[in-house]
Amino acid sequence: MHLTGNYAVAWAVKLSRVKVVSAYPITPQTTIVEKISEFVESGMMDAKIVRVESEHSALATVFGAASSGVRAFTATSSHGLMYMYEMVWWSAGARVPIVMAIVTRTIGAPWNIWSDHSDFMSQRDTGWLMMFAEHNQEVLDSVIQLFRISEDPRVYLPGMIALDAFILSHTTEPVDIPDQSLVDSFLPGRRQPYTFKSGDPITMGNLPSNPRDNMRMRWDVHKSLVAAKKVITEVDREWSKLTGRSYGGLIECYMCSDAKYFIIGAGAWVGDMREAVDMLRSEGYEVGLIKLRFVRPFPVEELAEVMRGGKGAIVFDRSVSAGSAGPLYLDTVAHLGALNVEVPVKNVIAGIAGVDVTYNDIAGVVRSFIEEIESKGVVSNYVEWYFR
Amino acid sequence: MVLQVMMVGGISIRELPRKKYLLPGNPSCPGCPEALGLRYLGMALRDRVILVVPAGCSTVIEGLAPNYSMRFPIVNVPFASADAVASGVAAAKEVLGEDAVVVVWAGDGATADIGFATLSGAAERGDNIIHICVDNEAYMNTGIQRSSLTPYGAWTTTTWTGKKERKKDVPLIMLMHKVPYVATASVGYPMDFIEKLRRAVLIKGFKYIHLHAPCPTGWRFDPSLTVEVAKLAVETGMWILFEAVNGKVKISPPSLPYRDRSRRKPIRDYIKIQGRFRTLTDEELKKLESMVDDVWDTLTKFT
Amino acid sequence: MSEISHILPLSKPKEGISRTGTWRLKKPVIDHSKCVKCMMCWLHCPESTIDVVESSDKFVEVNYDFCKGCGVCANVCPVKAISMVPEG
Repeated sequence: MHLTGNYAVAWAVKLSRVKVVSAYPITPQTTIVEKISEFVESGMMDAKIVRVESEHSALATVFGAASSGVRAFTATSSHGLMYMYEMVWWSAGARVPIVMAIVTRTIGAPWNIWSDHSDFMSQRDTGWLMMFAEHNQEVLDSVIQLFRISEDPRVYLPGMIALDAFILSHTTEPVDIPDQSLVDSFLPGRRQPYTFKSGDPITMGNLPSNPRDNMRMRWDVHKSLVAAKKVITEVDREWSKLTGRSYGGLIECYMCSDAKYFIIGAGAWVGDMREAVDMLRSEGYEVGLIKLRFVRPFPVEELAEVMRGGKGAIVFDRSVSAGSAGPLYLDTVAHLGALNVEVPVKNVIAGIAGVDVTYNDIAGVVRSFIEEIESKGVVSNYVEWYFR
Repeated sequence: MVLQVMMVGGISIRELPRKKYLLPGNPSCPGCPEALGLRYLGMALRDRVILVVPAGCSTVIEGLAPNYSMRFPIVNVPFASADAVASGVAAAKEVLGEDAVVVVWAGDGATADIGFATLSGAAERGDNIIHICVDNEAYMNTGIQRSSLTPYGAWTTTTWTGKKERKKDVPLIMLMHKVPYVATASVGYPMDFIEKLRRAVLIKGFKYIHLHAPCPTGWRFDPSLTVEVAKLAVETGMWILFEAVNGKVKISPPSLPYRDRSRRKPIRDYIKIQGRFRTLTDEELKKLESMVDDVWDTLTKFT
Repeated sequence: MSEISHILPLSKPKEGISRTGTWRLKKPVIDHSKCVKCMMCWLHCPESTIDVVESSDKFVEVNYDFCKGCGVCANVCPVKAISMVPEG
């Protein structure tokens, strides 16, 4: 079947037997919920849709349903995600497994509907599992996987998946839709740490008597994200056995094993990075690609293992922490530095606000970087804003 | 359904459940009307309730984790989200085929201000929940700041010379949402409140109950007078008890005598018992009186 | 899978979270000979600290461990059977 990224999300939600969907429209997420509405109203999908009046209410409704015992889902972008921000924190702190799709769109002012990763990356402190998709097959497979990972008792945290606005969301690609029976065998019935039931008095969220208890809860969130690494790898392996498709777990290494230089990135443009690697290899450069699939938990050990002994790396960021540098770059250098992986790392910030980036652009940037390292040993500009 | 609803009534105080849904040793202020309201909610709906509590006094009345002072299951939620969370809880319970009465217990802010859009959305969708606005007429939990439900002329910590705007009439707004059940109640009339809850719960759809809750701490009167002030509000006509099933308004028995303006106690009695109206001028009192007449006029059109 | 436990933001009901009986400046004292068993005090007590005991010598009883001394009971009693007496 040929599906847009958004329709791939809708199919995955249907296959995952989600029972409550609540969302508010925002370009370019709209067709996800439109397709789900079609599924439900035609009888193909057994779920309730709550057509809320804002994104804040969308995640609130999903949180209400999920905390009360059913699989629930929402999707949004950009300002919608900004609007529901407090609910994002609340859901993670409450340890309620939820899955949300983010069709990554830049944030205003000014208005702009095109893709970058600002909206998604702004959520990185919240305690959610966070992953990127490179293509629409991965979108479909990953949404299903995310339900499994978030509902694992070692994790019990909500998770979000990023798909680039228009590049994936509205572009048709060939996608294999797994059978319902395959998904049923992969995704067990819903599990969660507690639920609200009449006659069963518990409360969630009242003030702690000791702030230390609260800090321990945040620590538990962090530890559960770290514990999720194992779950992510297990799930990838199991999915691969069932479908023949593996994504590598936390990261995917493309031509990494003998590489001296690394391209690191996440999202749709990883596809372009692959093309760039092929091109550069044919020119004799010893380049490999490290695709970051999950950014929370951040794949510290996996990156260190691949990069140790390397001669250089470029982290491509499609968002920036203004006044500092790109968030993926910041995470990378902080952890590699702490682990004494002495590889010069450069940050290239590109594709912001929907500026198009091609494999030629990527290859060009990498070529210059490698030339500079080889001739001078250092890079003059560690944080480069790339405009074509 | 209407017939069923009409048949709930005449509950005897002896029949009321003795099980405590608000437990002694809770941190509410002495004389707290929210405490009264929560007790009556428990008496009315018992173990069926799942309570959704946005930020407000009752959040703190729950006390400190790992314990809490109530016997309802409670979902504590961010300020503006209550009705949406409740809609999600109700949807989940329906999917699972589990019985539950999902009740939002929201104050001024979570009902009429920060939560207003959320309230309106849930009402418009007809989500199967009961929204109770426990109205103590200011943002009490954060220190008595004014809300849209603060009455004209009242002192608050952000209206030192008295509020210049009138009280937002949320029950009438909810009437215009054409939801199947809208009612006002008061902590001074517990049997009326309990009956209204038991009637509301028979209806599937969005139900709204606005509970008048005089607060000794914020309104500046002795804690022993909570019930007396609540009754005075009704006896002066300042608070009207009514019930509307499918939009047909019926003035509730305790308010019936006060349709007749001449039978209302003077509003001055209500004003002088509360410290928060100390700055009220004679001219402002006149304005307040005309606002009361205004509300009666408008409401009567729907009877 | 081994038992995994998480630190969750959950609480259980408990009576007597705070020793609110120590808040009182005045306490309600009931003259049981005047009591007409109308249950108004029980109904209007905000704290659930008046219990209906229906024993031979009294119909209702104040739980002084947690009564805050607000005085609503004294205010609502139709026969003025309850007096607010200074504490200590």
